[in-house]
Amino acid sequence: MTLATQTGKLPVERRGVFSKKLSGILEPYLYVSPALVLIIAVMLMPLILGLSYAFRDIRILNPFSGGFVGMAHFQTLMSDQAFLGALANTAWWTFGSLVFQFGLGLILALLLNRAFLGRGLIQALVFLPWAVPTFLSGLNWAWMFNPVVGPLPHWMTSLGLMAEPYNILSDPDLAMWGPIIANIWFGIPFFAITMLAALQSIPKELYEAASIDGATTRQQFISITLPFLAPTIAITLMLRTIWIANFADLIVVMTKGGPADSTQIVASYIFTQAFRRLDFGYASAIAAVLLVLLLAYALSVIALRRAMTHSDN
Amino acid sequence: MTLTGHTSTRKMLYWGSHYLMIAAFVIFALFPLYWLLKVSVTPNDILYTEGVRMWPSRTTWDNYTFVLTQSNFPHYFMNSVIVAGTTAAVTTVIAALTGYAFSRFAFRGKVIIVALMLITQMFPLVMLIAPIFKILAPLGLTDSLTGLIIVYTAFNVPFATFLMQSFFDGIPKDLEEAAMIDGNTRFEAFRAIILPLTLPGVAATLGFVFTAAWSELLFALMLVSSESASTFPVGLLSFVSKFSVDFGQMMAAGVLALIPACLFFLLIQRYLVQGLTAGAVKG
Repeated sequence: MTLATQTGKLPVERRGVFSKKLSGILEPYLYVSPALVLIIAVMLMPLILGLSYAFRDIRILNPFSGGFVGMAHFQTLMSDQAFLGALANTAWWTFGSLVFQFGLGLILALLLNRAFLGRGLIQALVFLPWAVPTFLSGLNWAWMFNPVVGPLPHWMTSLGLMAEPYNILSDPDLAMWGPIIANIWFGIPFFAITMLAALQSIPKELYEAASIDGATTRQQFISITLPFLAPTIAITLMLRTIWIANFADLIVVMTKGGPADSTQIVASYIFTQAFRRLDFGYASAIAAVLLVLLLAYALSVIALRRAMTHSDN
Repeated sequence: MTLTGHTSTRKMLYWGSHYLMIAAFVIFALFPLYWLLKVSVTPNDILYTEGVRMWPSRTTWDNYTFVLTQSNFPHYFMNSVIVAGTTAAVTTVIAALTGYAFSRFAFRGKVIIVALMLITQMFPLVMLIAPIFKILAPLGLTDSLTGLIIVYTAFNVPFATFLMQSFFDGIPKDLEEAAMIDGNTRFEAFRAIILPLTLPGVAATLGFVFTAAWSELLFALMLVSSESASTFPVGLLSFVSKFSVDFGQMMAAGVLALIPACLFFLLIQRYLVQGLTAGAVKG
């Protein structure tokens, strides 16, 4: 027992052994209880309640609602074109954002991992977008994409990407790029911070030994840096995929899911159903489907990882 | 000679491209903020005619004076300060206690509690909007700052706990064990010896939670309906829909909203990397 070894180190009087032992067992729970109570009350109970809503008719403005409707919401969902479109949009939004956030974040972390003049200041500046409230970055990016007051359409025209300056946020084919670019801007610092932390925990002696042995920078990167980063990369990519899939703020602020639902992701669709139509039952049914899909994703990633590490051994 | 000449050119090339890429990142990170600032000091009459100029021909502080003296924004600002400040303080205390327990005790429920906390990081928080509204409404906690504080605290405790734990893990156990042999209780040792050593961790957690609570939009929109309990994000968005939008004023309000979050972040970002490094070393 770890408990015995812990108390065993202390000079304990024989008489108080039992009460000491009891308080020893209880002590960790005293530290943990405030967090536990809060998480159960504000997150787990609502989660279970929310899952039960998925099978009930709950509309805030309708006092007669509240009855049990079985699978009705899910049947409606199967033929809800807006929902099916939102599923496809969610995949596009998530992977479009993730690839660039991760790629650019890793490059930034590698750049910041070398000592150079002014690094502290530069690091603070490039991490700044993470601190910008998302509603504000949403409003600001929407503004910058507007050809009347924003520079971006004019630059894209000069670069030959556009025939004439117009707002991509009002073009159903391109609108998703708006929130994605804003999301890349906002998310690079997260990956850079985590990757930088992982880079700084690699023992320096490894590099010294490798360069004594004549390894080039590229070889060092492939045989030392990447293997050390791999676990961090795997876990942050998985957590971040789920996080981005659930992240509706930028879309709600920049496009409200439009034009013509072309930027509606599942998370923003849930919000629209709950907030604008006050249909909590249907919103919860969509949320339940999203939860199951994300769980399946997480489990398959974990299984894949396990299979890969097993084949390595 | 040729060899050293060769390597020094390579070195210059390397550092040249290094600085070039760094510059690109800095420009990408700062340009949108620069644009926000530019719009906020542009006088209304030239806002559209000079919309795409890099800097307006005239500048004005009128937008700021209007926002500070004639609008509801100072009120929203105070609400946000109260909500984000209280959330940060309460969350940090709770997370410090829990993180300390995770770092120092081996107890039966630990695996379950850690798993529980990890799960809360995985599911879509939007799915809690409806049930939380239903739970808080009869308690009188919708349309109230207290309700927002409770919800935000719960949402932030899991990550804050893991962050604090990684800082505690970096401090040797012998320290409080010595104090306990001297007759102090563990809690006294925790408060008097361990906590002061983890001040960077406390700062990082405070800053992280403050920024998160300061920015939260969707739950604030859903849970708050009156002007008097509106936080900054809600106020700014209602600004967009309510008036014939005055963008200069909106951007001025936006710049003001940016200040506290950025100040906090600049103070703590160093510790954030440090804390995650400590965690990575342990893992």
